[in-house]
Amino acid sequence: MMNIPILSLLICVPTVGALFILFTKSTEKYNSHKYISVFISIINFILSIYLWYKFDNSNSSFQFVENREWIYGFINYKVGVDGISILFVVLTTFITPLCILSVNSTIKNRLKDFLVAILIMESLMIGVFCSLDLVIFYLFFEGGLIPMFLIIGIWGGTRRVYSAFKFFLYTLLGSVLMLVAIIYIYWISGTTDVEKLYEIGIDAKYQKILWLAFFSSFAVKTPMWPVHTWLPDAHVEAPTAGSVLLAAILLKMAGYGFIRFSIGLFPIGSDYFVSFVYVLSLIAIIYTSLVALMQEDMKKLIAYSSVAHMGFVTLGIFTMTQQGLEGSIFQMISHGIISAALFLCVGVIYERMHTREIKRYGGIVEVMPKYSIIFMIFTLGALGLPGTTGFIGEFLILMGAFKDNFLVAVIASLGVILGAAYMLWLYKRVVFGELINEDLKNLVDLNKSEVIILTLLAIPSLYFGFYPEPLINTVEVSVSNLIDNYNANLEIYMANKK
Amino acid sequence: MIIDIYYVIPEIFISLSLMFLLLFGVFKKNSSSTVYSLSILILIISIPLILNVPSTGELLIFNESYKIDYLSNFIKILIVISTLFVLLTSSQYLKSIKIYNVEYPILILSSILGMMVMASSNDLIVFYIGLELQSLALYVLTSFNRDNVLSSESGLKYFVLSALSSGLLLYGCSLVYGFSSSTNFSQISLNYGDSTQGIIFGMVFILVGLAFKISAVPFHMWAPDVYQGSPTSVTLFFAILPKIAALTVFIRFLYTPFINLIDQWQTIIIFLSIASMLFGAVAAIGQKNLKRLIAYSSISHMGYALAGLTTGTNEGIQSSVSYISIYLVMNLAFFSCIFMLKREDKYHESIDDLSGLSKNHPLLSFSLLIVLFSLAGIPPLAGFFAKFYVFMAVIEQSMFFLAIVGLLATVVAAFYYLRIIKVIYFDNEVEKYDTNHSIGLKLSLIIATVLILTYFIYPNSLIDFVSKIDLV
Repeated sequence: MMNIPILSLLICVPTVGALFILFTKSTEKYNSHKYISVFISIINFILSIYLWYKFDNSNSSFQFVENREWIYGFINYKVGVDGISILFVVLTTFITPLCILSVNSTIKNRLKDFLVAILIMESLMIGVFCSLDLVIFYLFFEGGLIPMFLIIGIWGGTRRVYSAFKFFLYTLLGSVLMLVAIIYIYWISGTTDVEKLYEIGIDAKYQKILWLAFFSSFAVKTPMWPVHTWLPDAHVEAPTAGSVLLAAILLKMAGYGFIRFSIGLFPIGSDYFVSFVYVLSLIAIIYTSLVALMQEDMKKLIAYSSVAHMGFVTLGIFTMTQQGLEGSIFQMISHGIISAALFLCVGVIYERMHTREIKRYGGIVEVMPKYSIIFMIFTLGALGLPGTTGFIGEFLILMGAFKDNFLVAVIASLGVILGAAYMLWLYKRVVFGELINEDLKNLVDLNKSEVIILTLLAIPSLYFGFYPEPLINTVEVSVSNLIDNYNANLEIYMANKK
Repeated sequence: MIIDIYYVIPEIFISLSLMFLLLFGVFKKNSSSTVYSLSILILIISIPLILNVPSTGELLIFNESYKIDYLSNFIKILIVISTLFVLLTSSQYLKSIKIYNVEYPILILSSILGMMVMASSNDLIVFYIGLELQSLALYVLTSFNRDNVLSSESGLKYFVLSALSSGLLLYGCSLVYGFSSSTNFSQISLNYGDSTQGIIFGMVFILVGLAFKISAVPFHMWAPDVYQGSPTSVTLFFAILPKIAALTVFIRFLYTPFINLIDQWQTIIIFLSIASMLFGAVAAIGQKNLKRLIAYSSISHMGYALAGLTTGTNEGIQSSVSYISIYLVMNLAFFSCIFMLKREDKYHESIDDLSGLSKNHPLLSFSLLIVLFSLAGIPPLAGFFAKFYVFMAVIEQSMFFLAIVGLLATVVAAFYYLRIIKVIYFDNEVEKYDTNHSIGLKLSLIIATVLILTYFIYPNSLIDFVSKIDLV
């Protein structure tokens, strides 16, 4: 069974499906395309679960590796997964079908094109997490801009053009420096193969500048303060499914990039810039939490909370401790599920009321009890209540931070309190209180498909919250291997310096 | 001497058949469509003829004034194939605006004959003959639509400015001859020895003349007006073919007679390259006319092609040649799309005319989308690889400034390509366009788009050819 190129299949299946949809006509005018694409993405999900099942937890090296010559003697098409990337692959294949299922009456025109864009997006995102060659990684990483630009621009809200342009140009600007760095790595190391680069390492004198070039790309994509401003705009204007993809998976590309490339390839550069990242992360946590408190638009509030959560992630990554890194990965997975669900929750009431202004709501618990329960679960998840995945991620990150730097950990802990403040306040203003607005009285509670989608998201969020073992087991060996490598590299460097 | 003729069969074939077509057109009334088809046939026949010329090693014929090597053959094939597609796409357009005349394909043929001579030249005089042959045909082609004021104006503008640049170039040639007492490329570098001052003087004049032909900043002023004024089919020709020929001549000059002066010309080319990339990207932002916009875009693209030449290495030349090859496919696709914006025999060419195109013409819009993202250099489309190869070569020589400026210019350029995509996909629709396009036009659009879209699957397809270029 090992001969099946399962990763290439994972990458190709959605694209092939997209082509199939592109060249078929929807006879029953609406649903056939949607069901085909749901079917395709579920096949992909099953494939990825099979991949996870076959994956060997105790082995830290890359598995399911495929290596084919792509440009002669220069770049190979190389994909493979280790404990870190496999989780993101599964997350992607898990979120995409739900995302497609959630598409309903909101996308009125050009449903077919929308589904094609989402499926191609899925291919590219899986590609990002699997690629073991810097150039291939860059192709997937940048290629994702095209479908996302169209998703925001065509199906977005009123200011969609501005947001789409901002999203595209910000990320492109960040990435071009990474391209220069990738090419330079080829010329100083003779290869862009990540596995080989891990072995031979990169000359210490170049590491700082290369680290900065990669950082410029990942910082924009994460997004870190002060280059986070594209995210609220993009989130607010994107259609619900677009926001979900953006929050759940696209932001994780950068976090993954930090772990795989910044730390893996440039330990000396990473070590040098640790305090820099700490400061930016802390500002992101505190500042964007405060900004989130003041938001009047629900989507914008959640978007700012994403920036704060990603601040925790970058903080955890650069503690370089087992707990911090595991916590960051856990936090990314948890944020992927919870923020996706929160955006869907906002989408649900937006569809009914056509407004996202918090002021217009209040007391909807009386008319939408089911909704209120589910929304409660995810609100608590987002603020990190024990028993949800959010808690475990934040807890591990803070543990790692305490190990490394007491002050940083204390300030970051303040962010947890602020997180609770804005999430609970949002929940209070929307769900509790008196039902004043007359329009709200006609609200209909969740329909079947909405309940199914949101429950499917709630299950892993609670399950892994109570029993994080499977996720932790998967990443453990890879993370400890990464840290060992990192410390070994640093020691050699320090010894040479003396 | 007689045996040398064997190596120039393609050139001889094209010149003989073009004279035949001229006579045929004069003596037979209403023969324009026959001449048009015949010239397409001539181009098809000349492909195997060029392939038949040996391309291994370096062959100097006619008293070493003519060079046959892999580069010249590759460029000739490129020229012939792209001309073939230019003719295929533009027949319907020419008919609609009533300039479907006998002279049109004949002028095109004589122009590419000049380009083929340029690509093979190894002597200042041969080079100049080729250059003037292509330019003279181009002057006429620019003003081919005589009843149109803009067309006549652009023809005159191009003629005056181009004649001026030819004058500069000729002056440079005479200086080089004066200081090296030879017109032969290979001899020049041997003759001037240590006294390089006069040669440098001449070289600068020659580079200025060539920069004009390739429309590199600061010698680009003619390009936007000429692109906008000439008939669209001629604009397409302008956007592709003279650039290929001029770039080849750049390679010939820089790497044969002036190879020892690399320190001097490297600065000049770097300046031309950076100025073109930046200026082309910034100036295109305010444009409303698609042809004018593509003029600025081509200025910017020439900056990237020149960036490859600055390195002084084989990789650099190869990257420039692959850049121009991919560039020509993208331009072909872009212009095919413009040719399709036709409503009741009137062609539309402003950006606003594309408004909401995606609702009525999904496939055309999709092709435009692919082409524009590719022109912007977004992976995984072909345009990205073109830039990637160039920057590979540039960074190998540690020229980071050039690489970073170039890549930042792509971000600026991305903005105006995105603006067109925005108009196509996000705005409200205008009326429908005609859909009865000629098969040639549809075929070239499909071929070009598929090439751009699927290039990443097998990038070796181009590298295989280009990597055989070996000059340094």
